[in-house]
Amino acid sequence: MTASGREEDKGKDKTLNPSRRDWLFTAGVALNVAAGLLLAVPLIGFVFSSFVERKDPRSWISLGPLDGFPENATRIASYRNPFTRPWDGQTADIPCWVRRLKGNQFQVFAINCTHLGCPVRWFPESGLFLCPCHGGAYYEDGARAAGPPPRGLFQYDYKVENGQLWVKGGEMPTLSNPV
Amino acid sequence: MNWLRKCAVWLDDRLHLTALYASTAGHEVPASAGSWFYVFGSATLLCFIIQIISGACLAFVYIPSTNEAFTSLQYLNHAQFWGWYLRAVHYWGSNFMVAIMTAHMIQVFLFGAYKYPRELTWISGVFLLLCTLAMAFTGQVMRFDQDAYWGLTIGAEITGRVPLIGAQLVHVLLAGPIIAGETLSRFFTLHVFIIPGLIIAIVSMHLRLVLTKGINEYPRPGHPVHKSTYDAEYADILRKEGVPFVPHAIGKDLIFAALVIIGILGCALIFGPKGPVGVPNPTLVDTNPRPDFYFLAIFAAFALLPDWMEVIVLFAAPTLIILFLLVLPFISGTGEKSARRRPVAVLSVVLILLVVGVLAYMGETSPWSPKMDAWSSDPIPAQFLKGRTPLELHGAIVFQNKQCRNCHALGGLGGERGPALDSVATRLTRPELIRQVIQGGGNMPAYGEKLSPAEVEALVSFLQTLTPKSKKPAVPSDKRENKLPRDLAVVMPPATGTPVRTSPAIFYE
Repeated sequence: MTASGREEDKGKDKTLNPSRRDWLFTAGVALNVAAGLLLAVPLIGFVFSSFVERKDPRSWISLGPLDGFPENATRIASYRNPFTRPWDGQTADIPCWVRRLKGNQFQVFAINCTHLGCPVRWFPESGLFLCPCHGGAYYEDGARAAGPPPRGLFQYDYKVENGQLWVKGGEMPTLSNPV
Repeated sequence: MNWLRKCAVWLDDRLHLTALYASTAGHEVPASAGSWFYVFGSATLLCFIIQIISGACLAFVYIPSTNEAFTSLQYLNHAQFWGWYLRAVHYWGSNFMVAIMTAHMIQVFLFGAYKYPRELTWISGVFLLLCTLAMAFTGQVMRFDQDAYWGLTIGAEITGRVPLIGAQLVHVLLAGPIIAGETLSRFFTLHVFIIPGLIIAIVSMHLRLVLTKGINEYPRPGHPVHKSTYDAEYADILRKEGVPFVPHAIGKDLIFAALVIIGILGCALIFGPKGPVGVPNPTLVDTNPRPDFYFLAIFAAFALLPDWMEVIVLFAAPTLIILFLLVLPFISGTGEKSARRRPVAVLSVVLILLVVGVLAYMGETSPWSPKMDAWSSDPIPAQFLKGRTPLELHGAIVFQNKQCRNCHALGGLGGERGPALDSVATRLTRPELIRQVIQGGGNMPAYGEKLSPAEVEALVSFLQTLTPKSKKPAVPSDKRENKLPRDLAVVMPPATGTPVRTSPAIFYE
């Protein structure tokens, strides 16, 4: 509101609309914009911390002794996600499919269908992984067999150490971030 | 009674109730707006209020932690006094809200109420639609069971397809690298604080616009909207047939509101709450995730779209649809309002409803999903086994054991992912059958590495018997090559190419 001439202001004491009030208003707004920005920095940083913190959440996790995985067979295994909170409960238990070819040769597949992430199931009789959501199918080596998946199953990095099978996990695999 | 009157006058003097009434509930509306078609907006708001009240009650007990949520839902269902009923009211309230909001939107569209000067009423309504769908999705996550877990996974996978920043967005959505820890707190905050707050703010604007720009008069054919004359025409309508909304136009809203409440309470009583089904433990992989009905159509679209269209539909289609809804009042802001003079509008609504309805039905039945237990649970009907040779009978066993049945029905039982095979021998000759089994194609995996030559021999012998008595089996001929079924013709490898996934030893004939 400027000091000059609103109809209803005429006849009012001129000291009611001095330029000091305009200055106070402008200064007040400016101060609040600055304070608002100060408030916004921690708020936005808090919510979008994943853009700032680029720590790799993955680490090596043991899936258990090699004896648990017979050769030429595909077995389900699960691990406790390394990135975990005390209140996670069973949601932090992540399953994966372990295929042991021969000796120390493995393939460890993420449970998530590469189409939209539903859990694929292994059918040893037909040698296929089938997805219950949109009918994606994969061969036993993880290659896409049929249906809408854009690629084969996601595979974990693995290593064999101290007679145990280790995988590098900790993150939900997505197309933009395969395990 | 004089003192009572004095009290009322005093209260009105302090609270300015008469003035408030005159400028809000008592504002003048065209008498024609007191129509049964105009009841959906207030009913949607009513549903929202029921959701807030029942939701606040549920939040007294619910624990938004991935470890406790499922248990607290079970507690609500089985231990908390009337907990199951409030859960049911909240669930059915959400179904009613989405359904009535859709009816409101269709009515507003067909009655041309989005046209000049009510553009912003429509646009704020579009944002309310988006908020309501966001409430539906986050609410589905609150029911933290297997469907919620895998529904969230699907949401994360879709987010992960965003170019460049997909990975970071997944972290923002899940509040971490996986579904656990803070994920549920995040969705709880969205569902209980942020989105309802947005809805209250936008509804306030929506309602204020109804007051300032007036409710749409019941459209009459042959009375198009012109920007230059409409305001005067509307003022004229109000002068001639304006009635105060309360009490002279709200009657039908009140009756419909009561019916909606009774409907929600009745459905809650009869059908009860939904779930929770299955503990949200991802290691239990024998699950069959399905979204609530509002998202079934989208779920179906993901299964039916060709690969190359998927990313377009995932991101471009929602953007374009929302953009179209937002600019609609500007590209068709004037002209006829009555649906009787807008055949394209009517046909569009019918077409969209049909598409969404059919997709939702397909999402519910999911014919594209293999029937995971068909091979071990659906028997082969006797007519397909009677009088068959031992080799053919062995083929039937191979057919079951190799789980062909999970995708192919026989006698109406089995999966529907691939074609039913009751009369496959009338469509494919023996060499074609062998090729299809070994090489796959047309959305069928190749079984060359999983079947021994003897098994292929038996299986194909069995398949060759699958022909109704009235029809002759397919016979090879020189000209048949051009008449292959389309799916086969497309996937047939070129004559010179090496067949993929075929062990040479068994690729015979």
